[in-house]
Amino acid sequence: MSELWVLSGIAVMVLGFVLRFNPLLVVVAAAGVTGLAAGLDLHAIVSAFGKAFNDTRYVSVVWIVLPVIGLLEAHGLQERARGVIASLKGATTGRLLTGYLLIRQISAALGLTSVAGHAQTVRPLVAPMAEAAAEGQAELTEDQREEVKAMSAATDNVGLFFGEDIFIAIGSILLMVGFLEQQGITLSPFELSVWAIPTAFAAFFIHGFRLWRLDRRLDRKGAGQ
Amino acid sequence: MIGLPFVYGFAGLTFLAFAVLSLRDATNPKRWGNGAFWGLLALSMLAGDRLGDFGNGLLVLALVAIAGTGQLGRGSGGTAPEVRAERATRHGNRLFLLALVIPATALIGTFGFEHVPGLVNPKQVTLVSLALGALLALVIGMAWLRPHPAAPVQEGRRLMDSVGWAAILPQMLASLGAVFALAGVGDVVGQLMAGVIPEGSLVGAVIAFALGMALFTMIMGNAFAAFPVMAAAIAVPLLIRQYGGDPAVICAIGMLAGFCGTLMTPMAANFNIVPAALLELKDRNAVVKAQVGTALPLLVVNTLFIWWFAF
Repeated sequence: MSELWVLSGIAVMVLGFVLRFNPLLVVVAAAGVTGLAAGLDLHAIVSAFGKAFNDTRYVSVVWIVLPVIGLLEAHGLQERARGVIASLKGATTGRLLTGYLLIRQISAALGLTSVAGHAQTVRPLVAPMAEAAAEGQAELTEDQREEVKAMSAATDNVGLFFGEDIFIAIGSILLMVGFLEQQGITLSPFELSVWAIPTAFAAFFIHGFRLWRLDRRLDRKGAGQ
Repeated sequence: MIGLPFVYGFAGLTFLAFAVLSLRDATNPKRWGNGAFWGLLALSMLAGDRLGDFGNGLLVLALVAIAGTGQLGRGSGGTAPEVRAERATRHGNRLFLLALVIPATALIGTFGFEHVPGLVNPKQVTLVSLALGALLALVIGMAWLRPHPAAPVQEGRRLMDSVGWAAILPQMLASLGAVFALAGVGDVVGQLMAGVIPEGSLVGAVIAFALGMALFTMIMGNAFAAFPVMAAAIAVPLLIRQYGGDPAVICAIGMLAGFCGTLMTPMAANFNIVPAALLELKDRNAVVKAQVGTALPLLVVNTLFIWWFAF
């Protein structure tokens, strides 16, 4: 069972996260342990990691939007977003986030995955709006403020993940088509993507139900005050 | 043809500006750390292809050494809340229009450049359009709001500092995935998962596949890495070949079971850890915790969907 040693990197990851070491250190340690277990020398491990880091630079490109977002925030974008929501009658955190969930799912299903996101929309718009709506419902504790913000980010993720696979040219669909072809099974992207639809509905209802319950908790607290 | 080099060049210059401003920020006691960190990232974006694999590896180790020894601080700056509120009243809802320039350009570019063959590399059209959108919004914003010329980079650096080391965690995890692949981690996990299924049990195989997708995605932080492993170990030999299930249903919904795992792991840093940093939450795992209540029931639903629709 000597091949099981290559799993030691996974143990390092789990342990490192549990013990709350800096995650960057944990990742490098896990890569080192895994590489050594697979019989690679240090030079080869550092090179393999460096090559992969260079090949995946596109992952960190999203930060180029920060100067614009920062400029807008300095000119009151978040305050404006809060103001708009505060002036709307009947705006609640749950309704607002459910609306965003729907928009995010539909736009992702049309292939527009990068149109919204945590840096592009959640931090400057969605989270401040959700917070302002919650303030209209109840006096917020620090924990509830955190919960509303975290739920805003969560709603973006749920909308993206369970919308994007309906689009035929998304990476995961193309990955499946390619994999199945290697196994001698020929399928078109469309045949796969239609089967993302039932789960998209389920995700909308499950997450929407949780947002409705969040609203009820906030309203009950507001009524009690 | 416009492609990734343009995008990386733009990103490199942005990080370089962050680095320079960090170094000049005398109020930040850790300004050397910040300057070196963003400066190395700028070097990677601008000249990564000329550093060689080992050189890039050393660059990564330097980044990790800076962050891991706590040399990253947070610079000062920012605009006072009263000033922001006053400006918000003055500029009104036109601020939203400017905010929407980035997504709108990304959208128009993604579809528009298709009709101009040869101009933009079709594989990278979304990233190029995103970069163009950020550039366009910046130009319009400078012309309309007339801030101090250094204001966008200064404000951007402040946001970047609040994200800190989490900014490169997604890229680091993607690289770790490559090392795992090289060491054959996936094959070993796949064999282990296939070994626990009771002989002749269709339900057992369906559950093992859906649960395996979610669990292995949680470990790898990425359903793309989990899919080929779990599909080769369980879906193709058992569900499709032995029990005759519909491959489209099994694979499509199996991938979505993996996405449920993505919602539940700090390893999917760009979706779960980065927003916590970006929203300045106290608990690094707050987003993961907010998602578990959706992910677990949805994983059960996906498992049932495979069982009902595929057989």
